[in-house]
Order: sequence, then C-alpha cells, then structure tokens
Amino acid sequence: MSQPAVDSDSQDFIELDRVEKVFDVRKKTGFLRSERHEVRAVDSISFTVPRGEMVGYIGPNGAGKSTTIKMLTGILTPSGGRLRVAGIDPSRERIRLAHRIGVVFGQRTTLWWDLPLIDSYRLMHRMYRIPNARYAENLDRCVELLDLAELLDRPVRQLSLGQRMRGDIAAALLHDPEVLYLDEPTIGLDVISKAKVREFLRDLNAERGTTVLLTTHDLQDIEQLCRRVMVIDHGRLMYDGPLSGLHEVGESERMLVVDLERELPPLTVESARVVKVEGPRQWLAFPAAQSAAPLVARIAQAYPLVDLSVREPDIEAVIAKMYADRATA
Amino acid sequence: MVGAPYGGLRGSLSAYRMIAAMWIRSTMAYRTSFAITAFVNFAVTAFDFLAILLMFAQVDRLGGYSLGEIALLYGCTSTSFGLADLAIGSMDRLGRRVRDGTLDALLVRPAPVLAQVAADRFALRRLGRVTQGVLVLAYAFAVLDISWTPAKALLIPVMLLSGAAIFGAVFVGGAAFQFVAQDASEVQNAFTYGGNTLLQYPPTVFAKDIVRSVTFVLPLAFVNWLPALYVLDRPYPLDLPHWTAFLPPLVAAGCCALAGAAWRVGLRSYRSTGS
Repeated sequence: MSQPAVDSDSQDFIELDRVEKVFDVRKKTGFLRSERHEVRAVDSISFTVPRGEMVGYIGPNGAGKSTTIKMLTGILTPSGGRLRVAGIDPSRERIRLAHRIGVVFGQRTTLWWDLPLIDSYRLMHRMYRIPNARYAENLDRCVELLDLAELLDRPVRQLSLGQRMRGDIAAALLHDPEVLYLDEPTIGLDVISKAKVREFLRDLNAERGTTVLLTTHDLQDIEQLCRRVMVIDHGRLMYDGPLSGLHEVGESERMLVVDLERELPPLTVESARVVKVEGPRQWLAFPAAQSAAPLVARIAQAYPLVDLSVREPDIEAVIAKMYADRATA
Repeated sequence: MVGAPYGGLRGSLSAYRMIAAMWIRSTMAYRTSFAITAFVNFAVTAFDFLAILLMFAQVDRLGGYSLGEIALLYGCTSTSFGLADLAIGSMDRLGRRVRDGTLDALLVRPAPVLAQVAADRFALRRLGRVTQGVLVLAYAFAVLDISWTPAKALLIPVMLLSGAAIFGAVFVGGAAFQFVAQDASEVQNAFTYGGNTLLQYPPTVFAKDIVRSVTFVLPLAFVNWLPALYVLDRPYPLDLPHWTAFLPPLVAAGCCALAGAAWRVGLRSYRSTGS
C-alpha cells in the first residue's frame, strides 16, 4: 500500500527471497493416534522474474510447483521468506492482487458448467469491475485469437477439453492481468488445440508484455514458449536459466539427421557419432552445447548432402539425468 | 491502478448477488427439474408438520401445548431455518471444496471467500421450506386466540429474522469447522436440521439438560422458544425472566460475530496448511 508506484515499476515483477512453505503432516498410526512430521514443500527458494518474461516452472509431481504457484497467487501463506508480486504481498492483500493476476488451473475449469460460455465472461466482467470498453475489446480479441466465436452461446458442459481450456484462458485474461499463471495449460489436449494455445500465449506475451509463468509436464510447451526455465525438486530450485543451459547441465546430445544422395557407410565426422543408419538417411548425435553449423559444414564438404534437420533432445531425459546426478553428488 | 479491492460488506453482498444469480440461471436451464425439486422440497418439509398432525389425532395436548401453539413454534422455526437454508444452505459443501481443491479457485477471485462460498449452489427450490413454514405460521395465527400487544406484534418479524441469523451463524460456524475436519458436514447438519426439528416441539417435552444446552451453549432457544412463549403468554423454561424474550437480536448478533471469527480462523488455517 505504502509505495506501490515504486514497487510496480521495478524491474523484478515477481520476487521470491528465501521463501519457504512447511506443512505439518499428520500420519495416522492408530485409532486417534497420529504422528506429526514436517514436510518442506518449498525450501528456501529465491528467484525474480522481470516484467514481460515467459518462464517455465517444471519438476516432478510433488516437487513444490503447485505450492509455489499457490503462494504467488495468495492462496497459501508462506511459512518464511519474502514474496512480492507487482509490489504486493500476495497473502496479505489477496483481493488487491486478484485484480492484477490471471490464473488458469489446467485440470479444473472455473467456467459455469450449465451456462453458455458468454455468461461466465459476463460474471468476470462484473466481478472484476472491468470497464465496458475494455471488456468488449479484450473479449473480442480473445474470441478472435482463441477461436471462440462459435462457442460463446454453448453451455460449457458441451465443450471439448480443448475448447474449454481456450475458454478458461480467455476468462483469466478479460481483466488485463499483468501476470498469467498457467498450471498445466495443455494437459489432455490434442495436437491442434495445443498448438493454438501455445500460439496464443506467445502472442499475448509478445504483444501485451504479459508476464507468464507456466508449470507443465509437456516439455514441448517449454521448448516452444519459454526462454527461461526453472527446475524444482524436493522444494529446492535445481536450475534457473535458459533452456539451452539445461542441456549443458544435463550433458545431453542433440541429433543431426542427414539425407545423403545415396546409401553410404556410417559417416566419420569429428565430435559427432552416427547412432543410426536407414538407407540414405543417417542420425548423428553431438553435444547439445555445441553449435550445429561447423558440423554441417564439415559433412557438406566431405559427403553428398541432400537435406538435413536438427532435433532437440528430450528434456525429460535431461532432467531425469540431472536428478540422478544430484542424488549421487 | 486497477479497480479498488472488492472487500468489505458491500463487496460481499455484491459478489453474493452475482454468484447467486448465476446459480439461479443455471437451475433455470432445467425448468422442469427445478419445478419438481421445489415441490419435493415443499412436500418433504411439510411431512414434518404432517407427523405433528398425526400425533394430535391421538392426543389433545403435547407437553401441555395445543396444536395451534405448536404450529406457532413450528412455523417460526421452519420459516427462520428456511430463510437461512435458502440464503447459505450450501455451506456444508465447503469440506468437499477443500478436499477436491476447488476452493483455491475462489481464493484467486477479487471477492471475499465467505460470500462466494455462501452463494455457492444457491438453490431457489429451498423456497419450498420457507413456504410451508409461512403457511403453518398463518394457520397458527388463524386458530390461536392471541391477546395482541404492540410488543408481541413487533416480536414476530424480529424473531423470524433473528432466528434466521442464528441458524445462519450455525451454518457459517459449521463450515468453518470443515476447514479442519473436511467430512464434518454431518455434524453440521445435526445442529442445523436437527436443531430445527427440536425447535418444532415445545421445551416442555425435552429433558432439562437439553433445554439448558440449547439455551446457554448453542442458543437455539432464542430462535423461537423464548419469544414465542412470550407471544403465547406461556411459562418460561428454566424459570428464565420474561425479558429474555427480547434478546434474540442480541443473541443473533453475538452468534454472527462468533461465526465470523471462526470463519476467519478457519480460512487462515486453510491458507497456512492448504489441506
């Protein structure tokens, strides 16, 4: 309250400083008897996100992702540390914060099941007290970009999962939130719906400068949307940096697929090894941290190259490897 | 900056109205179903009074009270309880919302959680209960020969509204308890529905300990017993003084304050434990 102007202008839109969340878990050990023990769902996490960034927040189930999101949205009170979103302490000023954030829970809709989609939007309009012109403008934009025109008058229960997710994303954006939290936004969606959702999020981030924080199990979400990724496990931040850096940490390999004019024995190229040959097509693995350009140049020089493509490594494997390294370290 | 926070009483009422209106429209999507459930709600609650009528086919008095007098007690508590049930009767679903995590969705909305939970599943069909309560009350006024005074006439609406507020406080308090024990909706129902049934009969048919506990512990006696006995010029249970008949508004205010405090404690505990 005291100095909102200073806080919201600061570079770091989301700030976490040694934030902790400790749960007291009771385990039943008998009739009326239980044992208490502490679970550190979030264990001293610090990071900042500047305005307009799009960040992927990933980790295995139970790693502390949802708990972090719940603290950022004001649902849960942190047990320790300092947390600010747009200069607001979420747990103390939940309602003030609510006007400035949008939240999409991937697995459950917040739309009104039996009512036409448009009715849910009208409720948002009134509940968030969105000025009429802004509401109309934002709704038009969402309807156009998320392809909702045909769905507005249909009861939500008749929508497919993908249509409902698009409907939910629109509902979270009508009040112009400065930050959008997405919890598994593409879970259960078909390929086309996923692509639509991702394209929309990219545009939103690019055009409106909306800060986006998304948790996901779908690593393509991250690959296609986020330049920065945070990996959390056991309540601790294991990695925070660009996606490419994650490959370095995980020492993963990228794959160069080359199509040659004719069938040849496996190529011999420096710093790459052939892992598969199929007729004139060959697969070469090379370190993810290394540029593909010199490698391609070398191959083109020595062999009859027709076509090529580079495949990014599977991040899931990278993360699994990272966890394994930490465990043994 | 974006609109001012939507808190306080005004924010609560406005959020409540909006959400209740959405639920009414949701139920109106199935009009026939609404008509049937509203009638069933009326009929089922009317069975309670039917049971009393059946008893009076065998006896002239119940605990020293005539049918008309019991109709007054019955009509008052049914109307009060019906109003509370209509307004916030779905609060016993809070435990389920805590369990399945849908409460979180309410916590990211710019409106007080209590108002949102209170309006949850707002059901007009519950007018059925209010309707039968009002009808029985009208019957009581028709058959009873009450020597009306201004105080008595004023006491009737005051009693109905205070009673609704007391039951409402029990609903809120019970919901607050569900933050801690998510499957406690049956406990809550015992006090709300059970309390309503208890109050349909005169205090003279119950053991002293029960009367004492619903007077001093959970003050349901102020919903109808004490004010209605004043209207009927009947002796008071537990030798209470007559002025206690005028306490319901104060008792209701006290109950609401306590329930509000319990709600805040419950919500705070939810937000710190998240379970």
